[in-house]
Amino acid sequence: MSEQDTGEVSTVEITYFDGTKRMTDIVDREVPYPDGKLIVSRTDPQGFITHANQAFIDMSGYSEDELIGTNHYILRHPDMPAVAFKGLWDTIEQGTKWHGYVKNLRKDGAYYWVKATVIPNIRNGKLVGYTSVRRKPSRSKIEESEALYKTLMAEE
Amino acid sequence: MTYNLTVSPDFAPDHISGWYFFNTWLQRKLDVGIHLELYDNFDTQRSDIRADKFDLIYANPYDASMLVREMGFQAVVRPASKSDETVIAVNAESPFQTVEDLSSGCRVATTDDPDVHTMGMIMLESADLDKNNTAIKEYSSYVVVAKNLLNGDADAGFFLKDAYDELSELIRSKMRVLVSSQISVVHHSLLVGPRMAEHIPAIQAALLTMQEDEKGKGVLESMDIDNWEPMDSEQTEFMIDLIDTLID
Ligand SMILES: Cc1cc2nc3c(=O)[nH]c(=O)nc-3n(C[C@H](O)[C@H](O)[C@H](O)COP(=O)(O)O)c2cc1C
Repeated sequence: MSEQDTGEVSTVEITYFDGTKRMTDIVDREVPYPDGKLIVSRTDPQGFITHANQAFIDMSGYSEDELIGTNHYILRHPDMPAVAFKGLWDTIEQGTKWHGYVKNLRKDGAYYWVKATVIPNIRNGKLVGYTSVRRKPSRSKIEESEALYKTLMAEE
Repeated sequence: MTYNLTVSPDFAPDHISGWYFFNTWLQRKLDVGIHLELYDNFDTQRSDIRADKFDLIYANPYDASMLVREMGFQAVVRPASKSDETVIAVNAESPFQTVEDLSSGCRVATTDDPDVHTMGMIMLESADLDKNNTAIKEYSSYVVVAKNLLNGDADAGFFLKDAYDELSELIRSKMRVLVSSQISVVHHSLLVGPRMAEHIPAIQAALLTMQEDEKGKGVLESMDIDNWEPMDSEQTEFMIDLIDTLID
């Protein structure tokens, strides 16, 4: 758990890349990453979720039914700068692997940090979707990312 | 023609005879000649696989990736409810309680098992440890890894979970598990190469009913496998994509 967590609840409006907006409660409370697990999801080429493993369901707080068919931006935390995800999409659309640290928003408003890797799924030479696999990040990487994302947010 | 079968060298030595029984059973079922070749290390086996010596391979997930994407192999079955998980263990007397207690300079004992080593290194990342700030030593078996923990020559050891569980109770009582992976979708599979592809339907049919065949049931027991489950190409590709995300 992050030492600065206040447990404070605030209501914010999140605007996604496609213009969709959503009002949601954000709680300043970290849920620790489960040891030894990988959080796995797959999406179609547009980023709509087609598969989520049990660790994904448990950590996000959504049911499998709520996740399948939903845009992956449902996990976007307002503390994440848009430029981080632009970097993700630019990388994977070129057909290459992307690594990064992401602060994710749970259904209950709390958050969890992951080290994510996203790769394109190629079948018979064609892009059919993407796979993302997350692992437990170190405390120092989380702190570095918090500082970096704060700076980037200030510039947006 | 005689085909060639090999088995990933990470199974426990007690199951070696099981693979000979399996080979005999399969040859009778398919009415073809198959030669079984076993290895005691991954590197030699991998160079023979690359030299295209084999037609049938019981492969660890890491090699499955190379076999499918580069050599045109096809996964046909996997052992039911058996996945490849990794354990990081320490000496029971050591002060380390979590992975994050390990620090720079940590002495890591590992084997040449590529899956277990990869997953072990991933589980060290949360302690900011990687190959540049740890002293990694590779040993010939999990028993030797355990010995290094017991005599204090290593701080942490990587084990295939199945192999860890098969160590003697005495050895296990002197170690402590810091973390055990729970991935479940990464597992061994039996793959068939292009030269043997015409036999795939017969292989799958024989293996999927193996536990109903009296001789087959006994062979499965000696291999410590309950039964086989089918694997289709999308399941295989999914597993390979996942492994790809774990390799830099
Ligand atoms: C396979 C895959 C997994 C993703 N996982 C996440 C995730 O866990 N959290 C997240 O906020 N965005 C994730 N994204 C990025 C989202 O698609 C989206 O770009 C992001 O949430 C920002 O939303 P926006 O682009 O609408 O601003 C993922 C994308 C892909 C292709």
